[in-house]
Amino acid sequence: MDSLLNKDRPPVFCPGCSHKRITTALDKAFRNMGLKGNEVGIVSDIGCSGLFDTFFHTHALHGLHGRALTYAAGIKLARPELKVVVTMGDGGQGIGGAHLLAACRRNLDLTLLILNNFNFGMTGGQFSATTPPDAQVGSRFLNQLERPLDVCQVARSAGAPYVTRCSSYRKDLAAIIEQAIRFEGFSIIDMWGICPGRYTRSNKLTPKMIEASLGQLPPLEGVVAENARPEYGRRYRELAARQHPAAEPVKIEKKFDPPQIGRREVTLLGSAGQRILTAGEILCLAGLSAGLKATQKNDYNITVLRGPSISELVLSTEEIGFTGIDKPDVIIALSQEGIDRRKSLFGSIDQDTLIIQIPGVTLPPSQATIHTVNFKSSGIRSSDWATAALVILAKSNTVLTLQMLNAALEARFSDKSLSAAKDLVEKVKDSL
Amino acid sequence: MALSFMEGNEAIAWGALEAGCRFFAGYPITPATTILNTMLKILPPKGGICLQGEDEIASIGFCLGASMAGMKAMTATSGPGISLYSEQISFAVGSEIPIVIVDVQRLGPSTGSATRGADGDINFLRWGNSGGLPVIVLTPADVNDCFYLTLQAFNLAEEFRCPVFIASNKEVGMTRESIDLAAIERPAIIDRTPPPSGEAFVPFKISAGRTVPYFQPIGDTVLVRQTSSTHGPEGYITIDPDQIAANQNRLMRKLHTAVDRFSFFDSYLENSDTMILTYGVTTRAAQVAADVLKNEGRPVSLLVLKTLWPVPVNLIQKKAQKASRVVVIEMNLGQYVNEITRVLAGKRVDFYGQMDGRLITPKQIKEAVVNG
Ligand code: SF4
Repeated sequence: MDSLLNKDRPPVFCPGCSHKRITTALDKAFRNMGLKGNEVGIVSDIGCSGLFDTFFHTHALHGLHGRALTYAAGIKLARPELKVVVTMGDGGQGIGGAHLLAACRRNLDLTLLILNNFNFGMTGGQFSATTPPDAQVGSRFLNQLERPLDVCQVARSAGAPYVTRCSSYRKDLAAIIEQAIRFEGFSIIDMWGICPGRYTRSNKLTPKMIEASLGQLPPLEGVVAENARPEYGRRYRELAARQHPAAEPVKIEKKFDPPQIGRREVTLLGSAGQRILTAGEILCLAGLSAGLKATQKNDYNITVLRGPSISELVLSTEEIGFTGIDKPDVIIALSQEGIDRRKSLFGSIDQDTLIIQIPGVTLPPSQATIHTVNFKSSGIRSSDWATAALVILAKSNTVLTLQMLNAALEARFSDKSLSAAKDLVEKVKDSL
Repeated sequence: MALSFMEGNEAIAWGALEAGCRFFAGYPITPATTILNTMLKILPPKGGICLQGEDEIASIGFCLGASMAGMKAMTATSGPGISLYSEQISFAVGSEIPIVIVDVQRLGPSTGSATRGADGDINFLRWGNSGGLPVIVLTPADVNDCFYLTLQAFNLAEEFRCPVFIASNKEVGMTRESIDLAAIERPAIIDRTPPPSGEAFVPFKISAGRTVPYFQPIGDTVLVRQTSSTHGPEGYITIDPDQIAANQNRLMRKLHTAVDRFSFFDSYLENSDTMILTYGVTTRAAQVAADVLKNEGRPVSLLVLKTLWPVPVNLIQKKAQKASRVVVIEMNLGQYVNEITRVLAGKRVDFYGQMDGRLITPKQIKEAVVNG
């Protein structure tokens, strides 16, 4: 197979840079695999390793520092047949740490080559996540304060199923790369190398020394048995194929005439757990069944199981402009904390406003018409009070009718929850 | 007529599906999360891909990769996430990667209030990229707009190869509303353009009569080269100032010269001496205020912008022709008003804004107009 090296753009690394060896070995791996340029995508990071994509005659994407794995993931999921190789330095590994961890956990079929030369070559030899504390680098004393990261151990703990640590001077480097590319899943090669442009100006490092240091570490040569599992993309497609198609948005036809013309505003004041938002939705769906426009604006704490829950509903025969409510036609007051959250509302209302409240809550003084209903003593659970209050409104054809309410329940619920909702309607109709 | 009932966020998701979006990635954040939820429900069964990234930077990075590989991609977030997107947005601008980015704005600065609305990111969306080149920003006022403008956003991203923002707001995104999906007029769906047969593909070459390079996806037979570096036509880094200048100027020109074609707006009563100008959810209160003022015998004009960036200068100047005074209303402490002051130099431009999580009411707008 032909070389995939880009004849118009020969490598431009400093003399003696180990990146050059890796470029040659990567090309040899592609050749040995019989890959054509359009079957390979090289995604390169920033720094000297970020030059890699230009040296090859393949698909290429060069992006932002540390983010190479994110683009590679998008490309691979969109093009599962493409061999995607990511080149990144020890710098990219540091700044893109979150993406590296996630890639290990995800196990998408990408090959990551970490061109580890223990410093930031391009920017002046600053310390990276792998610089030894006793090295002389461009960050004065700062590297003495931090511990270098063993990316292979990290990758292994994070779930990478294929991790190799090796010297860039290995004679069989091409074969090592080929094996990693052939592996179906996320594969990492931590390739130790030499940066004569920066690092070895003040530090002694030779291929022999690299070999010796590597010899002292536990060997990692490819498959990590304990992390073996199906590849992400394949698994994704399998699971996705089993998902049921999403139901199209429910469409509700106008079947009834609304009980009133114009705009009606309803505010539900309650607490988390009282299914305030569901009741609000039911009221709006009821409106839809009479051809009304409807809006529902909710207000609740981010702690979803605690705190006030408020729903502001507008139903109108006209287009709804402003979705806020300052003088509601109806207030349904089911908890003190809900009432307290909207205290200011009570200042603006007069006798035209109907309040349905439970016993035991204190309302700010107002001119409103108040109707107190003891849902509790009728054996209705507090999670049903809001819907029960809608039944009371429907009985007097205020904002909605019983027909509209039933249509809403049928649109919103099915099976058991529908019959429970209908039972509730009957119960409230007869007893309250 | 049959009505559905959904949030603005859901309408964006359904709009995206109809526009041909088959790749979505996001990171959970209130008030944008329901877009992620809805996409996760609707995309995978359609053969699409929906991911939850390890963070916002990854989420948009996935989208940029997928978009370069030929898929229509969208991501969604709110203020804190938009901030993290920034460097990737710059990449999409400079390297002409089509993407739709939804910002369901919440009250800032910073983490601010997760469940309170605002329009505080309007200038950030325009200027939050390094290099300062233009982007497209569309602003929905209601659930209909959410659906319709998402279709338009994809079309614009495909045609101009650029990020297109939908600047929504918690008060639009998380407010449920009746919508007649069948009644919404749809634009024809646009896809990115491959070179015509017989013309060789060169990644960033501009063919005669065009302002945008042709597109080929990474992974197809023709080799594609993409780079975040300043590049020449072949997609290799360049330091040639003439080549760089030509490219930067084109990136600006391709949107600025075309904005008249995508200046979405609504307007009412165009001939009054006073004109209210607003956008987003505040539109709805402004409409009510305009109705009230009309009924009281002091009609005002109203211009609602649905394209904020690039500034639709011609539209604004035309609509404001008869007005001597323009009142700009924003759910922030004054951002877009600076553009209006610039564009309508010579007219009196007043501003009314509020940034406390509450909607600006029709009454406040009326007072701003009457007492201003
Ligand atoms: S600076 Fe270091 S890593 Fe970069 S090309 Fe020179 S030797 Fe290689």
